[in-house]
Amino acid sequence: MTALNASRIALHALGRNKLRSALTALGIIIGVGSLIALLAIGHGARAEVEKQVASLGENVIQVSAGSITKSAAKLGLGSSGALTVEDAEALKEEIPDAIAVSPEVKIKTQVVAGNRNWSTEIYGNSPEYFRIRQWATSAGEIFTEQDVRGATKVAVIGQMAADQLFDEDEDPIGELIRIRGVPFKVVGVLAVKGASASGSDQDDSIIIPHTTAIRHLIGKQTGLRRIYVQAASLDVLPTVEKKVGELLRQRHHIETGSDDDFKVRSQLEIAESATATARTMTVLLSLIAGVSLVVGGIGIMNIMLVSVTERTREIGIRMAIGAHRRDIMRQFLIEAVTLSALGGVIGIACGTGAAKMLATLAQWPTLISPDAVLIAFVFSAVVGIFFGYYPARKASRLDPIEALRYE
Amino acid sequence: MNVVIQLERVTRTYALGATTVQALRGVSLQIRSGEFVAILGASGSGKSTLMNLIGCLDRPTAGHYFLDGVDVAKLDHDQLADIRNEKIGFVFQSFNLLTRTSALQNVELPALYSSSRISASLRRNRAREALELVGLAGRAHHHPNQLSGGEQQRVAIARAIANQPSVLLADEPTGNLDSRTSAEIMTVFQSLNQRGITIVMVTHELDIARFAKRNVFMRDGLVRKDELVAAPLDSRAELARWNQAEQTEPQLVLTP
Repeated sequence: MTALNASRIALHALGRNKLRSALTALGIIIGVGSLIALLAIGHGARAEVEKQVASLGENVIQVSAGSITKSAAKLGLGSSGALTVEDAEALKEEIPDAIAVSPEVKIKTQVVAGNRNWSTEIYGNSPEYFRIRQWATSAGEIFTEQDVRGATKVAVIGQMAADQLFDEDEDPIGELIRIRGVPFKVVGVLAVKGASASGSDQDDSIIIPHTTAIRHLIGKQTGLRRIYVQAASLDVLPTVEKKVGELLRQRHHIETGSDDDFKVRSQLEIAESATATARTMTVLLSLIAGVSLVVGGIGIMNIMLVSVTERTREIGIRMAIGAHRRDIMRQFLIEAVTLSALGGVIGIACGTGAAKMLATLAQWPTLISPDAVLIAFVFSAVVGIFFGYYPARKASRLDPIEALRYE
Repeated sequence: MNVVIQLERVTRTYALGATTVQALRGVSLQIRSGEFVAILGASGSGKSTLMNLIGCLDRPTAGHYFLDGVDVAKLDHDQLADIRNEKIGFVFQSFNLLTRTSALQNVELPALYSSSRISASLRRNRAREALELVGLAGRAHHHPNQLSGGEQQRVAIARAIANQPSVLLADEPTGNLDSRTSAEIMTVFQSLNQRGITIVMVTHELDIARFAKRNVFMRDGLVRKDELVAAPLDSRAELARWNQAEQTEPQLVLTP
C-alpha cells in the first residue's frame, strides 16, 4: 500500500471523529503553543540583554581597578587606585591591536545650569571613548585630543542630563554648566543609548576630558576607575585581553601567583554573564512547556489505544483482505502523527499569537525564532511517533481471526 | 481440472489453559478449480477452523496445506497476507463491510493492499466491474447503512472477487439473511461459479448446501462424508417458485 493511500485512510478515520480528534490535538496545541510563547519570551529577553551588551561598543575590553582592603573592609572594584593614565598610554603604545584606549574617572555630583540643577554622573575620558563605545552626538561635537592636552573645560552631555538642565526650546550647545562650581562649556549632546547591561541609564551622564576632571574636579592622587580598550577585531579580542593583563602585571610589578590589583573583562565575558540568566530562564520555561507536550502525547496514546480497541473488527477485515502488519501499523502511526503534527501547526500559530499579544499588552520583548518554530514542529511530530507507536504496534499484532470475531 | 486446495492430514490444536482442544484431527481434502463446495457441520465440528485454515488466516499445527501448489505452513505473516489478498476472497456471515465507506470504496480495498501496484483508475474500474457482476452497479456510492442485508452481502461478494482470487471462501454467507435473500445470494454464487470461480462455503443449513455441487460433512474435527450433490438446486428456479408463492400468498392471508 502506498503512503498516500495510507494517509488517506488515516485522515478519513480522523475525520469520522472530529470532536475527539480536535480534543486530542488540543493537548499538543497547548504544549506547542506554550513552548513557542515561552521560547519567544526567553529569546526576547536574551535579545534585549544582548542589545544592552552591544551598546557597550565594539570589541571592548574593560580594565577595572582592583579592590583594596582598608581596616579589614574590602572596598569595591576601582578602589585601589592602581590604574593610572600612564598605564592607559602604555597599553595604547605597546599593544598594536589595541586601536583605541580611553582612561576613565568618575564622580557623581550636582551640576548647575542657569537656575536648574541636576545630580548626575561625570565621566572623565579621552575622545577615543566615543569611538570605542560607538556613541555619536545628536548635536554639536565631541571634545578633541587638543582639549585633553590642554585640560579644557568642555563637556559632552547625555540626553537625560540635557533634558534636566535645559528647556526644550533651548539649545545647550555653547551654554555654560557648573560642575562643583567649575564652569564648563557644553560642546555636544549625545545620542540616546538607553540602559546598560547592568541596568543604569547611560543617557544620564556628562563626559569631559579626563585631564580636566583630574585637574579641576578630582585631584591627581585618585587613580582611574577603569580603562576602556578597543581591539582591532573580534578575532584578536582574546589576545589583546591577554596582553593587557600581562602588560599591566608587568607595570604593577605583580609576581606570578599573587593577586592582580585590576580586573580585565572583555565584552564577550560580559555578554556571557549577562545572558546567562536569560538562558537559564529560557531552559526552565521550555522544560515546563516540554512537560505539557509530553502530557499531550499521552493523550494521543490514550485515544489511539481506545481507537484500536474500537476498530478491532475493521483491523480484522483489513488483515483478512490482505493488509500486512506494517500497513496496519502505518495507518495508525499516520493517524497519531497527523494529530500531533496538526496540533503542532495550530500550536505554533497560537503560540505566535500569544507572544505577539504579550509583546503588545505587557510590553514584553518577545522574539519568535525560526529555529524555535522548527524545533516545536519536529518535536510535536516526534511525540506523535513516540506515543503512537505502541497503539499502532498493538493494532498490527492483532490476530485476524480474533479481530474478526470481536464484537 | 487442476487442484486448487489440497489438505493432507491437517490437524489444528488450541491450547486453552492447561487443556488442549483438538479442533481438527487430520483432515484430508482436495478441491479442484471450478468446484462449488459446501462444508456442513454443527457448531464445534471444526468447520470454522477448517475455513480459517483454507483462508490462510491460520496455519495447521501438523499436516500440509497446499494452495495452488504452495505449502502454506511455511509462509510468514506477510506472505500469508499476500496470499489472502491475491488468491482468496472472503465473505462473512456479518458482511464485515467498513462502515461509513461507500460500496465502491469497500470493493476497492483489496486492490489497495495488493503488493503489485494497481493504479487508482484500474482499481476503480475493477471495483465497478465487480459491483456489476453482483448486480449492484447502481449502488456504488451508497454506504453500508443505506443498503439492505442482501445488498450488503453482495457488496462483500464484490469485494471478495475484486482481485480475481482462485477461491471464494464464504463463512455462513446466508446466516443473517432471510430465505428469499439467501436464494438471491445463491444466485450470485452460482453465476460466479459458472464463470469459473471456485467457491467453498461453510454452512449449517442443509437447504443452502443443496445449491452447491459437492457437500462435505464435518463432525468432531474430521470429514465424515464427502459426496457430490446429484442434482444441485437451481437458485433461479427456486426464486421463480418463491415469486409465484408470494403472488398467491396475499389471497391466502386475506381470506379468513
